[in-house]
Amino acid sequence: MTAKTTILNLTDEEFVHPGNRACSGCGLSIIYRTALKALGRDTILVVPPSCLTVLQGLYPVAATQLPSLNVTFASTAAAATGVLGALRAQGREKTTVAAWAGDGGTADIGLQALSGACERGENFIFFCYDNEAYMNTGVQRSGTTPQHVLTTTTPISGKPQKKKDVPAIMAAHGLDYIATASAAYPIDLYDKTIKAKTFTGPRYLHIHTPCPAGWGFLPQMTVKIGRLAVETGLFDLYEIENGRFRLTGQSAKMLGKKRLPVGDYFKTQSRFKALTDAHIEEIQQDVDRKWNAYENNDSPR
Amino acid sequence: MHIIESGNVAAAFGVKMAEAAVIAAYPITPQTPLTEKLSELVDAGEMDAQYIPVESEHSALAVCIAASSAGSRTFTATSANGLLYMNEQLHWAAGARLPIVMCVVNRGIGAPWTVWNDHQDAISQRDTGWIQLYACDHQQIFDTVLKAFRLAETVSIPVMVCYDGYILSHTYMPFALPDMEAVRKFLPPFAPAYFLDPARPKNLNTVTLPDIRPDIRGETAPGYMEIRHNLHTDMRKSLDVLSDIEKEFKDIFGRGGYPFIEPYRVSDADYVAVCMGSLSYHLRDVIDTLRAEGISVGVAGLRVYRPFPDRAIADAFSHKKGLIVFEKALSYGNQGALFADIKSALYAKTDRPFVRNYILGLGGREIKTTELADALRNSCKPSSATTDRPEWIGLKM
Ligand SMILES: Cc1ncc(C[n+]2csc(CCOP(=O)(O)OP(=O)(O)O)c2C)c(N)n1
Ligand code: SF4
Ligand SMILES: [Mg+2]
Repeated sequence: MTAKTTILNLTDEEFVHPGNRACSGCGLSIIYRTALKALGRDTILVVPPSCLTVLQGLYPVAATQLPSLNVTFASTAAAATGVLGALRAQGREKTTVAAWAGDGGTADIGLQALSGACERGENFIFFCYDNEAYMNTGVQRSGTTPQHVLTTTTPISGKPQKKKDVPAIMAAHGLDYIATASAAYPIDLYDKTIKAKTFTGPRYLHIHTPCPAGWGFLPQMTVKIGRLAVETGLFDLYEIENGRFRLTGQSAKMLGKKRLPVGDYFKTQSRFKALTDAHIEEIQQDVDRKWNAYENNDSPR
Repeated sequence: MHIIESGNVAAAFGVKMAEAAVIAAYPITPQTPLTEKLSELVDAGEMDAQYIPVESEHSALAVCIAASSAGSRTFTATSANGLLYMNEQLHWAAGARLPIVMCVVNRGIGAPWTVWNDHQDAISQRDTGWIQLYACDHQQIFDTVLKAFRLAETVSIPVMVCYDGYILSHTYMPFALPDMEAVRKFLPPFAPAYFLDPARPKNLNTVTLPDIRPDIRGETAPGYMEIRHNLHTDMRKSLDVLSDIEKEFKDIFGRGGYPFIEPYRVSDADYVAVCMGSLSYHLRDVIDTLRAEGISVGVAGLRVYRPFPDRAIADAFSHKKGLIVFEKALSYGNQGALFADIKSALYAKTDRPFVRNYILGLGGREIKTTELADALRNSCKPSSATTDRPEWIGLKM
């Protein structure tokens, strides 16, 4: 076992240039920078339209030091399949293929291609950075937008439906490695990315990614808000390794302890303004039920 | 060596001998036997390729786009709604200048559902930036697949090889298979200038601004409009490239020689029937009958539709008395797309023939030899004039 990863022993090598086009305080900037360090230089990236397309730079300037293929919105996982096919044909199998899509490009328009690629057992790592809406087009609802959240397409009463559980969908595909992570815990993401690299076949990482512009908070609050989502038990850090579910990191530490009330998280962001006390109570009960299951070691998965 | 096989198998052998490295496809009638044959060739170890059975046509072209970007020779095939489902990806492949080759086994499109032949699928995709070649028989299907790879890789533009569903895809005809050595001479291995490579990182298909912009070294990089202009001019230039490739193909294999227009009894004809695909061979019998009746008519099969061989058409036909354009597709609310293109090709000539338009065979409606003959008898007259709307053959209303 190697030494515990800390911010000090992360590689100095940077694959994402500073001064890129992400908003200040963007959670995606944190996780992209960190996970690319874990992926390393021998990696090919596949990216659909999203905030990441903008972060990566406008032609002829690129913000990323790794080869990157921009593809159509629905086709990320199929395109990753194509890169892998060519690498196999050319005997370049050592190179890691990593797809990076937003929640829209993963849970909604990209889900068919992702499901197909997972069913075929393609050898890639799929990163979904979940900022819980279509940010690139100006904050429209997505399948992973939580219930009651205000977006530009749920502008007055909030989104009526609950958040889609994408890692559970991936688990139903029987993937060997699935993990969640958060922009507020970059080292945890780093370690999970390193671990994902030790598996073959499709691997899925779902990363909770606070977005100041879309969620309505100040840029300096990104990490604080990401932590609150975990500490309130709303977003959980876990791994599903060869079918076995296990809470990890901060979420694992919270087992048997009192969690912060979910309202603490909701009051930090303007997107939750449509939430009533009754809504908050209902969500608190949902979270409590979920955590009771965790406590009783009878995982909801 | 000659074999007797279906048109789909002729295409599959073309792909095999072209040594495509990555193949992705999704089944749709009447293309299905082509993909089945390719998966069989790969599974049997007769073909050294990655066959990827994707979950949709959109993904099939995504695989080809990505594999081609990563430096491999790629192939896919589809028909009708499958081609339409690829639409976004078609533009993407051409914009990214990837030399993908795709067989389009022509079929009508729904609604209502039809599985039978017409050309509406390919014609509706004519402005996607793909080169479109049309084959008239099994030998041409096989040969055109080889030429398509050579052309695509020379000009960095994707190529569709179109052939008629059922009429060619499912019928059996003899065709010659050349030896591998000759094929390799004609089609050298794919050697792209750039491919996705961690040793030389690049960000491909990035967001591109309306205006030109300097790169980090201060050198000017094109804007979106320059990139589009390049695609257009290279597409125009590919007509000359196609012509050279056709010559070389004939030198090596002894077949072909007609890159743009394949004529039958055209040189001494006053009137010429013009069409694409197998119909041009079907019309040859009709031409013989009419010639025996003393009508001076020939038939020309167009082998390339995009880029449009307008100069070749103007040179070949401007001195004729009349052109009769038979089409299995339609630009709704206007006229046959080929008809409009041919009229525009002739516009620059002061002395030009009349041009008439017949729509026929949509959704596999039977095309009767007697109907073709009657249409030509009615049209091949000095009194005929250019029409602005198509007439329909075989319509039962
Ligand atoms: C086929 C297609 N439909 C719609 C769009 C417009 N579009 C571009 S990015 C985007 C939203 C992306 O949302 P997500 O995947 O969550 O990434 P984010 O922008 O939030 O980072 C949309 C709707 C597109 N580019 N292509
Ligand atoms: S909108 Fe949100 S996710 Fe997109 S760049 Fe800005 S902060 Fe990042
Ligand atoms: Mg999003």
